Amino acid sequence: MAKITLSKLRHSYYPNPKSPDDYALKEIDLDWTDGGAYALLGPSGCGKSTLLNIISGLLVPSEGRILFDGLDVTELPPDKRNIAQVFQFPVIYDTMTVYDNLAFPLRNRGRDEATVRERVTAIAEMLELSDLLDRKAAHLSPDNKQKISMGRGLVRQDVNVVMFDEPLTVIDPHLKWKLRSKLKELHQRVRATMIYVTHDQTEALTFADQVVVMQEGEVVQIGTPVELFDRPAHTFVGHFIGSPGMNILPADVSDGVARFAGEAIPLEGPITAAPGARTEIGIRPEFVSLGQSGLPATVTKVSDVGRHTVVECEVAGSRVNAIVSGAGPERGAMVQLDFRRDQTRLYADGWLATEAAEGAA
Amino acid sequence: MKTENQKAWFFVLPVLLLVAFNALIPMMTVVNYSVQETFGDNLFFWQGLGWFEQILRSDRFHAALGRQFLFTFLILIIEVPLGIAIALSMPRKGFWVPVCLVLMALPMLIPWNVVGAMWNIFTLPDIGLLGYFLNHVIGINYDMTQDPLAAWITIVTMDVWHWTSLVVLLSYAGLVSIPDAYYQAAKIDGASNWAVFRFIQLPKMKTVLTIAILLRFMDSFNIYTEPFVMTGGGPGNSTTLLSIDLVKIALGQFDLGPAAAMSLIYFAITLLVSWLFYTLMTKDDLN
Repeated sequence: MAKITLSKLRHSYYPNPKSPDDYALKEIDLDWTDGGAYALLGPSGCGKSTLLNIISGLLVPSEGRILFDGLDVTELPPDKRNIAQVFQFPVIYDTMTVYDNLAFPLRNRGRDEATVRERVTAIAEMLELSDLLDRKAAHLSPDNKQKISMGRGLVRQDVNVVMFDEPLTVIDPHLKWKLRSKLKELHQRVRATMIYVTHDQTEALTFADQVVVMQEGEVVQIGTPVELFDRPAHTFVGHFIGSPGMNILPADVSDGVARFAGEAIPLEGPITAAPGARTEIGIRPEFVSLGQSGLPATVTKVSDVGRHTVVECEVAGSRVNAIVSGAGPERGAMVQLDFRRDQTRLYADGWLATEAAEGAA
Repeated sequence: MKTENQKAWFFVLPVLLLVAFNALIPMMTVVNYSVQETFGDNLFFWQGLGWFEQILRSDRFHAALGRQFLFTFLILIIEVPLGIAIALSMPRKGFWVPVCLVLMALPMLIPWNVVGAMWNIFTLPDIGLLGYFLNHVIGINYDMTQDPLAAWITIVTMDVWHWTSLVVLLSYAGLVSIPDAYYQAAKIDGASNWAVFRFIQLPKMKTVLTIAILLRFMDSFNIYTEPFVMTGGGPGNSTTLLSIDLVKIALGQFDLGPAAAMSLIYFAITLLVSWLFYTLMTKDDLN
């Protein structure tokens, strides 16, 4: 196990990248602490798989270094890095039994059969594969196949990091939840550093202690699930995490006051934005309430999602979502929206530009 | 509804008729000949299983069958590993893929008798490029019209030249269907190149290889045109394979009865070997 440091990492799939747009990864500096459970979250094509393949050694970055415990491994091939990776689609060796599949990484490294037996039995136990050990792996269900892939990743005790590249994509929804909690449990038992790549916020937030949010080849925020939800550092994070995501409303700032649709909107704290920046107000739907006072709005859509109702309103051409408990208003009704002040923030050019008021959580 | 299901038969009927005319009826004619003796004038005499007995006991048939198995064995043992090796070394993506594929497909596009004629001219000792080179430049005595070994080397080489591509193309199709993740996982699992071949590539190629071997078996077991054009079964009888012998009996000697019996035995052997091979290869997939 090791601490992983990414230093000034950049990667382009073009041989001679010219503009920043040619880079799939733009300048990444990141430390992964030993034993942490990380999620790498971002939409498809944001560079998270590229980053993963660079850590595992399947890709050599165009620029920058990768250090494992301070040791430069940038040029090392995957088998020399002592890492494990689980892929989107289960990779199993069809002709082998489940036991041989799990034993494969150990045997390739010349471990003796007694050690192999001990490790394979222990891993099979953890993954509830013990009954299947003698079966041919070829005819198992997708979730069992994916468990074997995970098992091959976890079977070596000395791995620096185990990486999961959207491992639950092909798994049925009801088994997804099971495997996800299994993974979390495994992390608590083996205490290896784990990096879990996904575009699914639920998977990321349930698995990880720390979530790294990526967008267009950049890391936009690193934080605990609660931090990402409470104080998104970037409108992208606010929008991407949450269902529905944060409301992002165009705002004019003058004399330290932010205005939306002509009305002054009280913010959580003083504005730190530089003049001339594109400014937006961000507020999560959870903190928008329908009341007797506030912004006049028209209800355009009401969807009952079970636990609560999502009310979609229109204010001066912008869409504002509000989450209310119980039945919402009728479609077409005129309502007034109230923003909870300590949850109303200003973003300048996408980045957070207000200071939290004293005592606000 | 049951009555509606019966309609399906009408759609199968044209195919049944077609198969009847191009396979069943000719085959039944052969069965008919195989149990009768004729001296011309369309006069037939009942012979029972006599011709079958005669063929099965004949040394000539045993020799031809032996040569046939040897030929098929030799070309399979060369073409299959060679085909896999070529497929493995072909590029997986990029500009060279279509170039390689077209080059590979070329020999298969040439008609059988042209291949025979080409190789005949190519290897003739006095006028052939290869034949002249071997005999007069290097000084090896190589003459497929005189020397049985040279004749065998020539027909086997020719078949390898003509048909290895089939194994290559089928293996290649199997190889490109393997997702990258398999190779990446194998790298991370620390697998050697041999292990990658043994546990990933070979299992993924198994189905297409089974088909390739089956096709090559049937085709080489029934080969006629190329050796006929090249050696005519000679020198002596050394390259008289089953089909060449069959044509000699049927059209050369006009012994319709024995020839018919021999075709049926020939057909039965081809069918039996193909069935055995296919059953053995797909046995694992069923459970």
